[in-house]
Amino acid sequence: MSNPTELEWLSLCDKDDLIPGSGIAAWLDGEQIALFYLPGIGNEVFALSNHDPIANANVIARGITGSLEQQPVVASPLYKQHYRLDDGSCLEQPELTLKCWPVRLSGNRVEIGSDSPQVNAA
Amino acid sequence: MSKQQMIVIGNGMVGHHFVEQFLASDAAADYQLTVFGEEPHVAYDRVHLSDYFNGSDADALCLAKPGFYDQDGVTLQLDEQVTGIDRDAKQVITPKGRYDYDTLVLATGSYPFVPPIPGNDNEAGLVYRTLDDLDAIRDAAARSKIGVVVGGGLLGLEAANALKSLGLKAHVVEFAPQLMGVQLDGEAGELLKSKIEDLGVTVHCSKATQQIVAGDSCRYKMEFSDGEALETDLIVFSAGIRPQDALGRESGLELGERGGIVIDSQCRTSDESIYAIGECALWNGQIFGLVAPGYTMAKTLAAYLNDEAAGFTGADMSTKLKLLGVDVGSIGDAHGRTPEALIYKYSNQAEGTYRKLVVSPDNKQLLGAVLVGDNSYYDTLLQYALNGLELPEQPDSLILPAMEGAAPALGADALPETATICSCLNVTKGQIVEAIDAGAVTVADVKEVTAASTGCGGCAALLKNVVDSELEQRGVEISNDLCEHFAYSREELYHLVRVEGIASFDELLKRYGKGLGCDICKPTVGSILASCWNDHIHELPHVGLQDTNDTFMANMQKNGTYSVVPRVPGGEITPKQLIALGMVADKYQLYTKITGGQRVDLFGATLNQLPLIWGELIDAGFETGHAYGKSLRTVKSCVGSTWCRYGVQDSVGMAIRLENRYKGLRAPHKIKFAVSGCTRECAEAQSKDIGVIATDKGWNLYVCGNGGMKPRHADLFATDLDDATLIQYIDRVLMFYIKTGDRLQRTSVWMENLEGGLAYLQDVVINDSLGLGQQLEQQMEHVVATYQCEWKSAINDPEKLKRFRQFVNDEREDPDLQVVEVRDQLIPA
Ligand SMILES: Cc1cc2nc3c(=O)[nH]c(=O)nc-3n(C[C@H](O)[C@H](O)[C@H](O)COP(=O)(O)OP(=O)(O)OC[C@H]3O[C@@H](n4cnc5c(N)ncnc54)[C@H](O)[C@@H]3O)c2cc1C
Repeated sequence: MSNPTELEWLSLCDKDDLIPGSGIAAWLDGEQIALFYLPGIGNEVFALSNHDPIANANVIARGITGSLEQQPVVASPLYKQHYRLDDGSCLEQPELTLKCWPVRLSGNRVEIGSDSPQVNAA
Repeated sequence: MSKQQMIVIGNGMVGHHFVEQFLASDAAADYQLTVFGEEPHVAYDRVHLSDYFNGSDADALCLAKPGFYDQDGVTLQLDEQVTGIDRDAKQVITPKGRYDYDTLVLATGSYPFVPPIPGNDNEAGLVYRTLDDLDAIRDAAARSKIGVVVGGGLLGLEAANALKSLGLKAHVVEFAPQLMGVQLDGEAGELLKSKIEDLGVTVHCSKATQQIVAGDSCRYKMEFSDGEALETDLIVFSAGIRPQDALGRESGLELGERGGIVIDSQCRTSDESIYAIGECALWNGQIFGLVAPGYTMAKTLAAYLNDEAAGFTGADMSTKLKLLGVDVGSIGDAHGRTPEALIYKYSNQAEGTYRKLVVSPDNKQLLGAVLVGDNSYYDTLLQYALNGLELPEQPDSLILPAMEGAAPALGADALPETATICSCLNVTKGQIVEAIDAGAVTVADVKEVTAASTGCGGCAALLKNVVDSELEQRGVEISNDLCEHFAYSREELYHLVRVEGIASFDELLKRYGKGLGCDICKPTVGSILASCWNDHIHELPHVGLQDTNDTFMANMQKNGTYSVVPRVPGGEITPKQLIALGMVADKYQLYTKITGGQRVDLFGATLNQLPLIWGELIDAGFETGHAYGKSLRTVKSCVGSTWCRYGVQDSVGMAIRLENRYKGLRAPHKIKFAVSGCTRECAEAQSKDIGVIATDKGWNLYVCGNGGMKPRHADLFATDLDDATLIQYIDRVLMFYIKTGDRLQRTSVWMENLEGGLAYLQDVVINDSLGLGQQLEQQMEHVVATYQCEWKSAINDPEKLKRFRQFVNDEREDPDLQVVEVRDQLIPA
């Protein structure tokens, strides 16, 4: 496991760009990142790949967030599979996992830790 | 041992029931069954024959499960009338040959009696008994304006109702001084007459028809013995039925004086190899013109042939029915013929209700009852009568309006195990309890196991009471929780939001739920909040609740782009608007297709493009079409009287008015409308949630149809409405649906799940039986008054537009989108 403090933190957007209880997408060097903001829940900000592997479309940021069995999740807007916000794993098809980034709020900025695609910052 | 040959003549309701019962018994293994049916159809539900005019086709009425007559041991020969029985040779004769039998069962039913009135042929001599009869009536009606039913009994009134639903002006001509003389007393008959006349059916009592001649203004003229006459285009005879006993007569079986094949308590005729069941059979001097006694005979005979002790002991002839919202009920000794019987009556002219009890001389037992105007008393009274329950000290408390001092309705718990709950299929409370003990946990389960309430359906409410109370006693809780976050059904959540004035998902979750919510409860609550308060769906507390389609006010397609459907009310569009649409589509290279709802769908818009596209559409005068919402979609229309030579009303005008009224209304599922300008029905209104068809007097309203995966014909709800009443009824139906519908439940399934179905909905909406009418209208008024075009509001609000970007930190489009050109347009690669 890599240590979050060794990550390079890149600024993605403002905190004001986030939508409470919902998601937006950001661009990072050819990667599409879905950012979710759940005030008061765990790390508050979550970053998953925006690519839905089942639909083969970049739409994850446009899904509905919520919780299933106390785990924060997002539902794909196309075929409604649920992915855990903490680690990107798919509840319906365990063999699928969305790429997942460490992410943090730093003042008014939303920062993402690059080079550690497997683990979250928490 | 070779198998015994059994032949059943008649594949009607009772014949079929017998075959079902017999094949399920052990004795079936010893027999080879051959069933002859004169009609071309497999046994169907004659009791619900009239549904054939309300959208049910022959398949929906079929009584046999698919493949039933393909199983071993039984052959069904349809369209083959048995023309004779050779009792010496033990053979039956048909035009195709002779067939041996060891055991013969006659289940030939009855035929409609047509009085020998000169001129009663062709369209002046129709009857109402079989599917083919109904086809003939439908044919004749298409060429008619006025129709007469001869006979004011139960079936005659049903036939009159059917004529009315076919768009005819209907008359009933009755020989006796009153309607339904068998079941009702004079006072009840009089009240029924006035109620039926209020519905636009003209009733002529004490009229004897002498002859039918060519008419002046219509095809025919009926001349009565009192010198009066009535002009009509068709005549349906419903002057009673006669047992179909011709085969018995010709082969010398013992018949009753006035017909009917005499049987004993084992259903055996005077020939010991021949049995008779159903309406052709005469038991103890009685013919039974209802299906329940026939079913009991079928069961009795099947059991007897299986060497079980069984005997037919007569049957209850109580009936209740509802014709266009008029309740009529008759139980047991309705006329009070029992010597020294005591009579109690309650009559209320203001309300148009009448109730009578016939009670034993000791004042302890209910012998009979008559109800007009309100059948809610029927179940309780029937239970008292059937089960010989001791009456309360003041029997009239059972028929007084519910106020202090009136006896409460008989609860399911008070019924003995032997109480018959379903008299069609003869299911007792004990059998229902047994089914629940064996694991049934819903009304549907119980129906499946016991067949209760699968006949006329009149006992549905009572059945539900019994099932619920039994489950409750066993501590079973039936979960209709919406999801893991709310232990409430959609209907309960709607109620909470309304009554407690809850304005946001978070508030509802905090007070009544747990967790964070999910993709099930969030859109559901979002929709409820919109139905109740009608805030913009993008107001901050609501924005995260919406499905992506609602969020971006467009329909997401498989590659993540959206389609855009501007509203085109009624499908009417000016050339200028059409050009504007084309210009926008061309500019943004949108794939363009005409929808089934008479508008234009523009595909392939990216998030970044949506606000630009809508800016231009709004400038051209378009509004959002809500194709993305669980809400009103379109009101389809034909041109109607504006252009069409057949149109009788302005269907386009009405369609536009309706679409503008209900646009933006959020509901449990999408809602589609159509308005047709005449009965040719070019707008296909009968396949919509709300269908409106013009008549020369106004509008016929159809409800709860849909196309799609499981198409359902809409049901005729009310006829000849003026504009204001039409809109009032639609307001009420839709708001009641929004109030009580389940999540993602179309109106069709919703109505089918309402206890009492169509009749119940009519009662709620037309008679305001729940006293909700005004409230529902006010709630609709609020939604109508607070309508806003969601795109217009969004375009003017930079906060709301923030999300319309593929990337929050970059201007580019999604680089993975690939398109190819097909038939000169772009589609996803
Ligand atoms: C419009 C309508 C509404 C009704 N509503 C109700 C109601 O609400 N409640 C209720 O209890 N009852 C109702 N009834 C009555 C109910 O339908 C009958 O009681 C029931 O159908 C009787 O069943 P059956 O098998 O004896 O006769 P049927 O169902 O008439 O079946 C007899 C069959 O035998 C066939 N047949 C006759 N002769 C021959 C032959 N020689 N060879 C071959 N086949 C032959 C006939 O073609 C027919 O198909 C209604 C009837 C009608 C018409």
